[in-house]
Amino acid sequence: MLKIKLSKLPILFDALSDKNKLYIPADTKGGARFLQYENGMTMTKELNTVRSPKDLFFPQTENLMDFKLEGKKIEVIDTREECEDFVIFGVRACDVRSFEVLDRVFLSEPIDTYYKNRREHGVIVSLACNRPEETCFCSTFDIDCANPEGDVASYICGDEMYFEPLTEKGSELLLNLSCLSEGSEAPVYECKRNIYEIKSKLPLSTLSAEKFGKNMTEYFNSDKWDELSEACLGCGTCTFVCPTCQCYDIKDFDTGNGIKRFRCWDSCMYSDFTKMAHGNPRVSQKERFRQRFMHKLVYYPMNNDGLFSCVGCGRCLSKCPISMNIVKVMKKLGEGKDE
Amino acid sequence: MQEMMKKKAIELLQSGEVARVLGWKKGEFDYDITPAVFESAEEIENEFIYNSLCSPNLSKYLVKESRKEGKTLIFLKPCDSYSLSQLITEHRVIRENVYAVGIECYGKTDADTIKEKGIKGITKITENDGVLNIETLYGTEKIPVYEVLRERCVNCKSKKHPVYDELIGEEGETVDDCERFDEVAKIEAMTPEERFAFFRNELSRCIRCNACRNVCPACTCEKCVFDNDASGIAQKAASDSFEENMFHIIRAFHVAGRCTDCGECSRVCPQNIPLHLLNRKFIKDINELYGNYQAGENIGNRSPLTDYTQSDAEPNIVYERGGKDNA
Ligand code: SF4
Ligand code: SF4
Ligand code: SF4
Ligand code: SF4
Ligand code: SF4
Repeated sequence: MLKIKLSKLPILFDALSDKNKLYIPADTKGGARFLQYENGMTMTKELNTVRSPKDLFFPQTENLMDFKLEGKKIEVIDTREECEDFVIFGVRACDVRSFEVLDRVFLSEPIDTYYKNRREHGVIVSLACNRPEETCFCSTFDIDCANPEGDVASYICGDEMYFEPLTEKGSELLLNLSCLSEGSEAPVYECKRNIYEIKSKLPLSTLSAEKFGKNMTEYFNSDKWDELSEACLGCGTCTFVCPTCQCYDIKDFDTGNGIKRFRCWDSCMYSDFTKMAHGNPRVSQKERFRQRFMHKLVYYPMNNDGLFSCVGCGRCLSKCPISMNIVKVMKKLGEGKDE
Repeated sequence: MQEMMKKKAIELLQSGEVARVLGWKKGEFDYDITPAVFESAEEIENEFIYNSLCSPNLSKYLVKESRKEGKTLIFLKPCDSYSLSQLITEHRVIRENVYAVGIECYGKTDADTIKEKGIKGITKITENDGVLNIETLYGTEKIPVYEVLRERCVNCKSKKHPVYDELIGEEGETVDDCERFDEVAKIEAMTPEERFAFFRNELSRCIRCNACRNVCPACTCEKCVFDNDASGIAQKAASDSFEENMFHIIRAFHVAGRCTDCGECSRVCPQNIPLHLLNRKFIKDINELYGNYQAGENIGNRSPLTDYTQSDAEPNIVYERGGKDNA
């Protein structure tokens, strides 16, 4: 266990950012957000960021390649830049799990090299949640906010911050940081004990996902989707703030003398999602709405050894303009079903 | 209030006067209220809710609901009623299929506004005499509703209902000392560079989730130009860093003269972008150039931008108002 006084954090941030790009959750007018650290920046006191850290591995838009046209010749230009090592500091346990969810999509064959490149260069310093909020339900998916995963786990205990390397990458990161000193385990135990106490009081602590990850046809045909989706605006806020939403679209922009090929986030909530020559296969908002939740709760776990593609971060709970969300869906769909 | 509304809804459902009721439904916590369609007395009894947290404007749902068989009862706060009136003017809602019940309003709050005060981990909210009693995982807080009003309610333009069949509570008046344009005036006083920087900074946070557009009662196009692949400006991928800004500028133009200043766009934005400022600038300009005009104030009113009178402002006014550099 290594530690530092909270008041000395800037020294650690400066040291880390000397070697690598460092991202920390910082306050903006739009809520907390992972921003590249610059001297003088402080870490937010908010529990979590509005946009999730998936941005750093799977950005909202990215240029995949360019094409240059010269007469009948087409030149393909690889626009990828060599990715430098970077550190993401203060990632919550739910969001750390989201990387595993994304990995299973982007790192299975055919491997997404754009994603892989960033993933390999990223070092994750997670942070235990001392003050979880009512919208948190990570424990539903067996995520322990008192024991976050990642390359290094960190804990805030009183006026000190403790660090525990969990992987080789993590140990390497903490090597030779003279601002850190050796600390005992006791304060960290105490910190975890407090977290468990609050966790047991969370209003969603009893929410179970046992009923999901199976019975696909039954859920698909449930008559509850009408009611659940009736107020949905089809806006896509839930998908854009979600750390595990992974759908994208690829588009070409005509630059006048060539083409820029972009990839950008897409949302199953949109009317032109997976649009093909004949149109969108999901013609109504109900079908699009159903897709989002079926994917998280049923399709994904069925294809991924029971791993759910919701991590209980609660972002969609607090950001949906009409307060419809995955918890309401789980409760309603699960009504009267045996576990 | 809630009890009177429930009684009214059940009465009209049971008499067959209306086939469904558009209202607000209880959530998981006390604040996460969802717009909902109720079809039976039982649903109303168990799930209908009305309190200071019922922020969502229900009017836009009538575009769909008023095309269904039978009448739809809708409860309208004053600002929602302006939206409905505008929607009727634009022939987007079928008036005959609507039973509008206006409700008095002292202002609304929501979870975001409460949480901005540092109140986190909310497990229960009850309301008594205009004071919210908020239980959280970390203690109990008492806060008067007026301290956590949304911006649109602090600057509420009117307590009047331009359209209703029936009222519950007192009918109010337009709020003549409303200060909603003060913020706009401040921005107008900036230099063009400052103004540009101000909006660039605000709009740069946009994640283009489209919540503002999709919630907007003035945005009811069957196919938005930004969803139309063939338009060449379809959404999703920002081709450069100005694209998001352009989206908002175009949207502000599209709703100019029709935006009732209902405040929904700013309410829903997950990035806290003060979108109402753009629309209010248009409203203020229209007021100054064509005489006071409030969209939604009367059904059938023609917006100055789609109407012509001989006293209309001449194009050179832009030049005169601040020189071409400011235009
Ligand atoms: S579905 Fe909602 S709670 Fe689950 S991971 Fe996504 S944003 Fe978080
Ligand atoms: S569930 Fe909510 S956030 Fe998601 S698309 Fe529907 S209205 Fe938007
Ligand atoms: S703007 Fe006015 S009418 Fe609308 S909710 Fe606020 S106080 Fe009520
Ligand atoms: S709601 Fe906010 S973030 Fe979403 S598109 Fe509108 S301005 Fe952008
Ligand atoms: S632009 Fe905003 S304030 Fe104006 S009508 Fe639309 S949602 Fe309401």
